[in-house]
This record gives sequence, C-alpha cells and structure tokens, in this order.
Amino acid sequence: MDITTKVIDILAAQALRDPASIGVHDTLATLGLDSLGLVEVIFALEEAFDIAIPFNANDPGDTGFDISSVAGLIGAVEGLLGQKAA
Amino acid sequence: MSRRVVITGAGTVNALGGDVASTLDAMRTGRGAIGAIDLPDRDRLSIRIGAQVPNWDAAARFDLRSLALYDRCTQFALTAAREAVASAGLTGPLGPRAGVIMGTAAGGIQTWEDNYRAVFQDGKSRVHPLTVPKLMSNAAAAHLAMAYGLTGPALTVATACAASNHAIGLAFQMVRAGMADVMLTGGAEAMLCFGGIKAWEGLRVLSPDGCRPFSRSRNGMVMGEGAGVFVLEARDHALARGAEILAEVAGFAMTADASDIVMPSQDGAERAMAGALKDAGLSPQDVGYINAHGTGTAANDRTETAAIRKVFGAHADLLAVSSTKAMHGHLIGATGAVELLAVILALRDGVLAPTINHDGGDADCDLDVVPNVARQADVTAAVSNAFAFGGMNAVLVLTRAG
Repeated sequence: MDITTKVIDILAAQALRDPASIGVHDTLATLGLDSLGLVEVIFALEEAFDIAIPFNANDPGDTGFDISSVAGLIGAVEGLLGQKAA
Repeated sequence: MSRRVVITGAGTVNALGGDVASTLDAMRTGRGAIGAIDLPDRDRLSIRIGAQVPNWDAAARFDLRSLALYDRCTQFALTAAREAVASAGLTGPLGPRAGVIMGTAAGGIQTWEDNYRAVFQDGKSRVHPLTVPKLMSNAAAAHLAMAYGLTGPALTVATACAASNHAIGLAFQMVRAGMADVMLTGGAEAMLCFGGIKAWEGLRVLSPDGCRPFSRSRNGMVMGEGAGVFVLEARDHALARGAEILAEVAGFAMTADASDIVMPSQDGAERAMAGALKDAGLSPQDVGYINAHGTGTAANDRTETAAIRKVFGAHADLLAVSSTKAMHGHLIGATGAVELLAVILALRDGVLAPTINHDGGDADCDLDVVPNVARQADVTAAVSNAFAFGGMNAVLVLTRAG
C-alpha cells in the first residue's frame, strides 16, 4: 500500500468518511477534524509508519511540516520516512 | 449557620522545597525548579523535563511496614500534613469535629505502574497483597485521617487540575456550614513517573524546553509533583485557642464548561471567578492579586486573560496576576494547594510571587503578570484560579487575616 493510500485511510477512519471521498486537497477543516482529531491522526501516522512527528498542540505551525491538509500530511510522512532511511 | 473560616496551618513538599519556608523563599526570589527529570527509562520519553521533588528518600522518612501502604502520592501528603498540623499548633487525635478532604488526579499511579510492569512485562503472576489500598485515590486522605484521628467527614475529590481547589473549597464550605471545626485539606500528586509522563506526552501539550506562562514563546506545560496541605478552621475556634491565622478563606465557586473535554471555555472561567467573588461578598475592585491557573499552554493563558478582563473590567489593569507554575511546574491535582501558598505570601507578607521565564510579546496575554521578579504590594483580597480538563473550574477567594 502506498503512502498516500495509507494516510488517507487513517484520515478516513478518524473522520468517519469513505476513503474514496477524500482527496489530497482536503484539509482537516473540510474533513471536520478538530484539535483532538488531529492529535489522534498524528498518533496513528506515527504508529503506522514508525516515525516521530514533532507536533506540539500549543504551536501547530512549528512542526516544520504543513499538517493542515491531506497533501501536507503525506509530505510530512514522506519527509520523515526519507530522514529515517538516510 | 455561617461561620468565618481561616487557615491556621500550612505544609508542603514540592520541587521548590521540602517545606513552606523554603517554598516561599523560592517564590520570593523567583527561583525555578524545572529541570532534567531523573527516572528509569528516561531515554524512552520525548519530554524529559519536569519539576521533580529532588532526592526523595522514602525509606529514610517512613518505616518499611508503612511504605508497603504508601504510594509516593501518600508519602507527599503525609509529609505536607505533618508540617501543616504542627504549624497550626494542633496534635491528634482531633476527633469527630475534624475531617479531611484531599484532591488528586492520578492517586497512586506509581503503584499501578509498578504492578502492571510486574504482571505484564516481568511475567509475574501475583502482586503485593496491599496493592489496592496503596493505589486507591483516597489513600492519602485515609492516612491523614488515621495519623491525626480525624473522624468527621473524610473524602478525596478527583477533578484533574482543579482537584486541590475543589477540595479546599469543599472543606471551606463544611467549616462555614458548621459540619466541622477543623479540616485538613489540599492535594497530593505523583504523576511525574514514566507512565504519567507518557500519557501527557501523547496529548502533545507538554513543553519540551520550559514553562513560560503568558509569553508569546510559550509552548506548553511542564509537569511537577508534590503536595500542599492546609488546616482550615472556624475563626472563633482558632481565636479561642490563640492560633496564628495565616489568611481567611472568604469565598468559593465552581462551574462546569459542559463544552469540550480539553479546550477551556472563557465563560466557565468567568462564572467561577465572578461566583467566588460574590460568595465572598467582595467586588472586583477589592482584589489585588490573582494566582492564575497559567499553565503555559497556548489555549489556557489566552482564555484566562480574556476571562479576567471580562470579570474585572478596568480593574484588570490595576491588579497583579502571576503564574507560579513556571517555578514549581504543574502539580496537576496538587497544583492549587501549592499555589495557595503564593496567595498567602501576597496577603500575609505583601509579596507578589513572579511569573518567571517571562519574555512577553503576546497581545492576548497583556495583564500585569509580575514578570520575572517578585515585588511588594499591599493586598487585602486575592483570587486563586484552577481550570481543569473536563471543563471543571474551581476558584477560591482569600482575604488578609483580620
């Protein structure tokens, strides 16, 4: 399963949506995910990909990644997997 | 029946010091106690700072048989209570007109952790026979009752970060109503253990590098641990025995946000502060100092500032508001008890404890937070805020002894 599919599956499970209805241009807001939902998504991504996402709810913009959109989350996972491989 | 209620004894153990004198001295000098934490498996934590009680040697403080029953949380509570009762000039047994209400969030969490490790990780098939009475959340209150012969009302309240304020407020109401003459009250917490930190870590609200309440650079709370215990007493009872009065408890109110499980509500905080002032028969203009909840999270400090501005109006710019959590960390269920010491410091000694680590810059947190350095002030009434996860708010109003 590729990264995009896996990330979308995780978001779909949190948002209680059909994965097919979620696209890379969706945002956390369009998926109806609040701050607790985001924390759960990040946890699920960390578990699924065995990565550590440097996210602090006090300063969501400070992760170095765009975590506000599906595309941003996919990019964050790809970046962290790249760092792990390097 | 409505009686005046005063504080005649205080005791504590926390990262700032092992007693009230050393804690108040740290608050006067603005000395912080947050640093690298020292515990097993530290390298598996992503948050590695806290306000730990240093060099805690339980075996030197309690005998071996007692330790089988005393979680670290109970050890802190008993240590603080011993100082509180002695400073009040009381000796047990205090009898049926005396009781105890303690606050805690996690109770004997270290005991849960140790025994889960034994059965799940180490493959043991049995745990110590006294595990249940050691871990139960009312253990500290029970041991206080036994130690001082408190045979009146005894209970524990568990309202997360507001537990101590709820406990002290309820004890105040009981003495005021004539249900007891003397109440031991406060909170104890020992959540700064591997599992406790892991759980908080998961919520992503802990700061990796320090507690900076009301500053733009703030990035979360820092956990602490310890206990604070007070002797609340009917004023006539205290005067009759010639006790020294540290301060008077004048009002208390509690509210529920009934909205979000973690995000604070401005309305709930406002109603708690306004309610406590009304209960004390005071107007906002009477208040000179607020010990803020001031966790150093993005959400709390902004919301609390707005709530204070709403309740106090123009007077908000004339009073001092500090968060001592930057010094002693967030003691969760014990935090209101240790913070009450800063309120006593303001009322009795005329010293406002500072908000240390303050570098300002947040227009949404623009109150006088007594930045970095303590200062003198003539304060006759003070407020202590506690706003918990679960949206449970508890606010105390104290006045100078008189």
